Amino acid sequence: MPSPKRKISNNLSAMIFSLVGVSVFSGLMLGFVYEQTKAPIQAAQNRLELEAITDIIGSDYDNNPFEDKTYIYDDNGNKLEFYPARKDGQIKAFAIKTFSNKAFGGKLELIAGFGINGKILGYKVVNSQETPGLGTKVSEADFAEQFRGLRPQSPAFNVRQDGGEIDAVTSATISSRAVIDAIRKAYNAYRKLSSGDKHE
Amino acid sequence: MNSISRQNLTRGLIRENPIFVMMLGMCPTLGVSTSALNGLGMGVATLFVLILSNIAVSLVKSLIPDAVRIPCYIVIIASFVTVIDLLIKAYTPALHGALGIYIPLIVVNCIILGRAEAFASKNTIWQSILDAVGMGMGFTIGLTILGALREILGAGAIFGYRFLSADASPALLFIMPPGAFIALAFLIIIFNKLRGNK
Repeated sequence: MPSPKRKISNNLSAMIFSLVGVSVFSGLMLGFVYEQTKAPIQAAQNRLELEAITDIIGSDYDNNPFEDKTYIYDDNGNKLEFYPARKDGQIKAFAIKTFSNKAFGGKLELIAGFGINGKILGYKVVNSQETPGLGTKVSEADFAEQFRGLRPQSPAFNVRQDGGEIDAVTSATISSRAVIDAIRKAYNAYRKLSSGDKHE
Repeated sequence: MNSISRQNLTRGLIRENPIFVMMLGMCPTLGVSTSALNGLGMGVATLFVLILSNIAVSLVKSLIPDAVRIPCYIVIIASFVTVIDLLIKAYTPALHGALGIYIPLIVVNCIILGRAEAFASKNTIWQSILDAVGMGMGFTIGLTILGALREILGAGAIFGYRFLSADASPALLFIMPPGAFIALAFLIIIFNKLRGNK
């Protein structure tokens, strides 16, 4: 098939004009789609987090932990979201949205649930960039089940390579360590808060 | 459909299959094909970007001077990829969870720039759409087959369904990056045998 004759020459103004035109058009399109998808993306993320919270800490509470969220701070001053689950005004359990920067793919965000006795109830990864098929396995039950009932301050709360009792996901030790790091960060932030107001 | 249209549509499936024959887009190919579902999802996302970018490039082909055509195409492609990324995030969060980090990689997938440069910039919109569909399908099929092979060998599963017993240990190597090269090499051998050349 013969290629059509090009009508535009390679002079400077034509080049500038076409580049600017393409960029402006792309910018407008991106702005429009971003505005349109902003609300659904936030809604999807909220739904995911609320599901994660009920999954981890059960449903034995009468408040909405998501609406009652407050903020706590880790040792480096990072803000973590704190979701209390109350029954008759008493805290029964709580979930903390925490993160680790030590994951294989940068930042890994998860929601960790704790009983009021400080034992881990479970966790759910809500945002990660781990290698599909390897690092993403830290989200799966086989690995996550090991955390139930552990105390984040005990020496057992480490992968085996570091002297603990947790079997890291095969060939994803860094991702496994990141989960532990995130949960420990959440727990320390909670401890700092509760020692301050004589909660425990 | 006349013979040129049919040729443009089917060219990408076998004769010029992007993965097995043209060896384009190796970075996402080797990266995401750890499971059949990841391969399929990546393939379909690429297919959509390819159709959109071929349409856009075909539309503006006579408005863009030769000297700056490549930057223009890249901006167009990157915009469409971001749009697809946002849409997937908003309406199928589960798929975004699985493919999240690979979606931006579609920008640097040479199939898309390759088709924009080699085909859409010289042909009509309709032919460019046919070419995009054919190439996209060829890419999707190749990626799904490679993903399925690696998942079967490396995880003992297919489309997430595990057929090996829990204590059997599959060849983990095939999920890891070296396994991608090995699996792809064998698939290309088989593909070339089936095509019956050399």
